[in-house]
Amino acid sequence: MVIKGKVHKFGDNINTDDIIAAKYLDSQDEAFLGSKCMENIAPNFSKEVEKGDIIVAGRNFGSGSSREHAPLSIKGCGVSAVIARSFARIFFRNAINIGLPIIELLEIDNISEADILEIDLSHSIIRNLSKDVTYTTHKYPYFLQEIIKYGGLINWIKTKGGGANEGSDR
Amino acid sequence: MGLTLIEKILLRHSVSKKLEDFIYANVDFCFGNDITAPLAAKAFLKAGFDSVFDTRKVGFMCDHFLPARDFKAANNAKLLGDFSRKFKIKNFFDIGQCGVEHVFLIEQNLVKPGQLVIGADSHTCTLGAIGTAAFGVGSTDLAVAMKEGKVWVRLPSTIKFVYKGKIGKWVSGKDIILYTIGKIGVDGALYKVMEFCGPAMKKLGMDDRLTMTNMAVEAAAMTGIVQVDELTVKYLRQNQKFLSGRQAGKIKNQKLLKSLKSDKDASYENIMEIDVSKLEPQVACPHLPSKVRPARSLGGTKIHQVFIGSCTNGRISDLRIAARILRGKYIKRGLRVIVSPATPRVYRQAAREGLIRIFVEAGCIVGPATCGPCLGGHMGILDKGEVALATTNRNFIGRMGHPESFVYLSGPAVAAASAIKGRIVHPEEVTR
Repeated sequence: MVIKGKVHKFGDNINTDDIIAAKYLDSQDEAFLGSKCMENIAPNFSKEVEKGDIIVAGRNFGSGSSREHAPLSIKGCGVSAVIARSFARIFFRNAINIGLPIIELLEIDNISEADILEIDLSHSIIRNLSKDVTYTTHKYPYFLQEIIKYGGLINWIKTKGGGANEGSDR
Repeated sequence: MGLTLIEKILLRHSVSKKLEDFIYANVDFCFGNDITAPLAAKAFLKAGFDSVFDTRKVGFMCDHFLPARDFKAANNAKLLGDFSRKFKIKNFFDIGQCGVEHVFLIEQNLVKPGQLVIGADSHTCTLGAIGTAAFGVGSTDLAVAMKEGKVWVRLPSTIKFVYKGKIGKWVSGKDIILYTIGKIGVDGALYKVMEFCGPAMKKLGMDDRLTMTNMAVEAAAMTGIVQVDELTVKYLRQNQKFLSGRQAGKIKNQKLLKSLKSDKDASYENIMEIDVSKLEPQVACPHLPSKVRPARSLGGTKIHQVFIGSCTNGRISDLRIAARILRGKYIKRGLRVIVSPATPRVYRQAAREGLIRIFVEAGCIVGPATCGPCLGGHMGILDKGEVALATTNRNFIGRMGHPESFVYLSGPAVAAASAIKGRIVHPEEVTR
């Protein structure tokens, strides 16, 4: 699977209140949540973002609350993937569980706002088309690859059943 | 090689009976609230699941936007009630019964030491103070756990925090955890478990321990945990006096309780010794829980609102500390001071002890038990430029309202003293 899009850069410790403010959490509607994405820190983000665009951020992206509304809101505004130096734990599992592609990458400082990236998920490669550079990302552990392959946790459970993980994680 | 407490509990719950990088684990209890559970319920129904794994091991607590702030909030609580009836879920609680979930769950004996508990709320880590492996997950995790009784876990490493030294007069668990987060940063324990121990921990009450594990997630930890000791057992015994019948259960398995400790030769990623003897009351400044400074150094900071409550500091000990400072005094004119006992039981006890009267006579607004103010949900939203001092856990941009408002975090002593002065002060400034 290859994802291509324009970069929107964010800093370190972007928390889930930044991504979607608590006042909107009474909604479970992806499109509505998407229209409020990053409202507190970048009020124009949801209007400017185009379908397929990519968020690139620093450390601890998605810190704070467990709200799955955060990755839903990112999906809902059209973002196709998030690249960060590191992800907060619950955001990480929520993104995996709902099938939002997320990639850990150390070289995020070499990526600029509005760069065009091409992410080749199956080969763990990110090409920066604007700078003509290629970054290699580490492969997900097998356990997570499986969940991703099935498009998220629900499908994984439905396909593999409750006895999943009988084997080892290699 | 020995195991840490969290490893022991995870091993006991691992489906494969092994500890691997990723495990699939059995869940003893799973829960969500009026924000996260409706999303889980919808995912559950969309997936076509037709039953829950155990009708007693699923819980819904309506506490975030309740008492309902508007139609939508009311509808989300109703949705959970309907869902509970349909799937015969026993533990559905509306705001009037539960109050703040993490305080309520321990009160009601719904979670116990040695269990593996997941909650669709990041402050599920609070429950680690009684020796439970408890951690926050998302709504899809909750939906799957409700059906399967299982959760996937990436095996964490553990950082051991050893607290030493005599604890000063106005210093509480909140000051210790704020100081710790200030030291290691908001991603200082990313993916890891924070195990709190050391001689100073023995001097803290259980409510202080709960405050500390509550904020483990603010250092990005998977959870915080405290080994079971005499204090834990005593606390659970006292707690049982409030309960009746099956709910009360019995602390019968002494052998299990005694085993809920880390082995002497357990392996830690890091061991940090922290001397608390010189520690002063701490305050986290906007907009990160790690921007910590001594309260004494913030004397010029004017505030518009004080909030005392939440899963961090809404327990009876917190209210006692605040009341001791506010007794016979009046809050600064023009300041809003909102006190919210975290659960109905805490509220009743505070009333019996005369604390509610002290707050009301001091000019405070004593509100219902709710998470509302902490997350800018309702009851105490800040306007542009307003500054709040809260005994809560997060001071992110816009956390309590307008994106250009400011939140400082402290323990109940600093909050109560500052309520009298209208600016952030050390408690000794009003108690001398």
